[in-house]
Amino acid sequence: MRVTVTDRPAVKADAPPSPKPTSRFGSVEVLALILIALVVFRGPIAAKILEFPRLQTWTTVFVSVMVQAMPFLVFGVALSAVIAVFVPRSFWSKALPKHPSLAVPVAGAAGVVLPGCECGSVPIAGSLMRRGVTPAAALAFLLAAPAINPIVLTATAVAFPRNPEMVVARGGASLIVAILMGWLWLRLGKAEWIKIPHRPDLDGMSKGRAFWASCRHDIIHAGGFLVIGAMAAATINIFVPEQWLQTLAGNPVISVIALALLAVLLSICSEADAFVAASLTQFSLTSRLVFLVVGPMVDLKLISMQAGVFGRRFAFRFAPTTLVVATVIASLAGLVLLS
Amino acid sequence: MNRLAQGVILLLLGGAVLKASLGDIYLRYVKESLQPFLVGAGLMLVAAAVMTILHELRHGSESHVDDHGHEHREPRVGWMLLAPVLGLLLVAPPALGAFAAGQSGSAQLQDANLYPPLPEGDPAQISVLDYATRSIFDKGESMKGRTVKLTGFMSQGPGGKQVLTRIMLTCCAADGRPLKIGLEGNRPEGVPDDQWVEVVGRYSPTSEKDPINGSEIPHIEVIDWKPIDPPRNQYE
Repeated sequence: MRVTVTDRPAVKADAPPSPKPTSRFGSVEVLALILIALVVFRGPIAAKILEFPRLQTWTTVFVSVMVQAMPFLVFGVALSAVIAVFVPRSFWSKALPKHPSLAVPVAGAAGVVLPGCECGSVPIAGSLMRRGVTPAAALAFLLAAPAINPIVLTATAVAFPRNPEMVVARGGASLIVAILMGWLWLRLGKAEWIKIPHRPDLDGMSKGRAFWASCRHDIIHAGGFLVIGAMAAATINIFVPEQWLQTLAGNPVISVIALALLAVLLSICSEADAFVAASLTQFSLTSRLVFLVVGPMVDLKLISMQAGVFGRRFAFRFAPTTLVVATVIASLAGLVLLS
Repeated sequence: MNRLAQGVILLLLGGAVLKASLGDIYLRYVKESLQPFLVGAGLMLVAAAVMTILHELRHGSESHVDDHGHEHREPRVGWMLLAPVLGLLLVAPPALGAFAAGQSGSAQLQDANLYPPLPEGDPAQISVLDYATRSIFDKGESMKGRTVKLTGFMSQGPGGKQVLTRIMLTCCAADGRPLKIGLEGNRPEGVPDDQWVEVVGRYSPTSEKDPINGSEIPHIEVIDWKPIDPPRNQYE
């Protein structure tokens, strides 16, 4: 019952944004109606869910992923708001070397200081380009930041308590992929593929207001995508039989490809994906490393966000290339560091 | 979704997280050690909600202009946040139980190398994990001549026989793996799946393979058992 209700927004989220903002009648009233209906029918709905063990287990796993990810999401968003509001934007372009080939690795490594998940890094990469940072460097930053920042690496360490080498492998492989993609863009990329975004952002607000506006926006935005990822993860968790996953997990090449694709499909926030990877116990550490390197760089929600911010011509070239490079580099890193 | 609605959703989400983490409900989903971070996250969400709602109520008309600029960045995906709110406030599903345990193979364990003597007491209260590790790797040496007390719930094991089960978490229920112990001797009778029991018994050298993933399920020879209420933290 509850699933029907929550499915409805998913359909809406997939629809292209309407050309005109919906009228003022709407969100709050709809929200109030949904909530009243749910409070009234609370008993029967909860009873119905608990009646079916599969649905009940799905709900438990879904809620667990959300609860586990919530502190990481909230603190990531808050820190990212601090940096977005209190660090002057010109800092980034001043800090980068003038030569583009050098700016790429520096921008990639600068991802360390931006605690957040991939949803936050897309708008930031856009604003870096607006500030005159070369697109290749901004793209290296876009790919590196969600994967190598301290919150994500800490989450990885927590999720893999017995394999600290996983943290090194994830950070290293992600940084290498980001830098390679930046250099690849310098060599092959065409300026007309990217539509540099221009829009008023948090400028012109007081610092306090800008901080809370950034928090609100990022939690709603990234949190909404996190819900979709958690639902997909719970579905995979409940409906994919362990024996079937084991057949895939047995073959080293197939397991790498399977988890690379799973990372794209699940679209889990990089602050939470390590916990999901940890639960895929049948798979080799190398294939789970591929999952962790690909996930923050290419997934369904990122592709849609990149298409929205930088244009489709960009996203449909950039995402598949990144997927291939990330899979290859992560597999190599796994061979060297994890076996 | 306009900003006032976003504020309301943030408030609901923060309230749901706070309610779950200030009671014991969060223990159904995550490790106990996450509690302070959950409380912090809940407070932060409530603060963001209050700031958003206050600002919207005071300057409601201004934000229409902003909404044009932000339109494509604030998709309706925010509505999805209602799902965890409802999951926590309305349903609050129970901890993983017999269904989840029946779907997964018993956890693969690691040899601890060193098996200290059992705790004082006869029977000695130990965890299901401790019993399984001592059975499989230590072949029961450290439990010789002693009786032990285990707490777990009943679930279906290999061949339709009920096993004593406990679910182990690394982080959250998504990575939960069951630990199963086969029962011999004075087996619990007429106990439904998911019912918690306390079992007193001694080491049995028998074990079997879990057909789901080929891991080893150790057995215990039951001397006595009784049904109990679920413990505060149902995971190990």
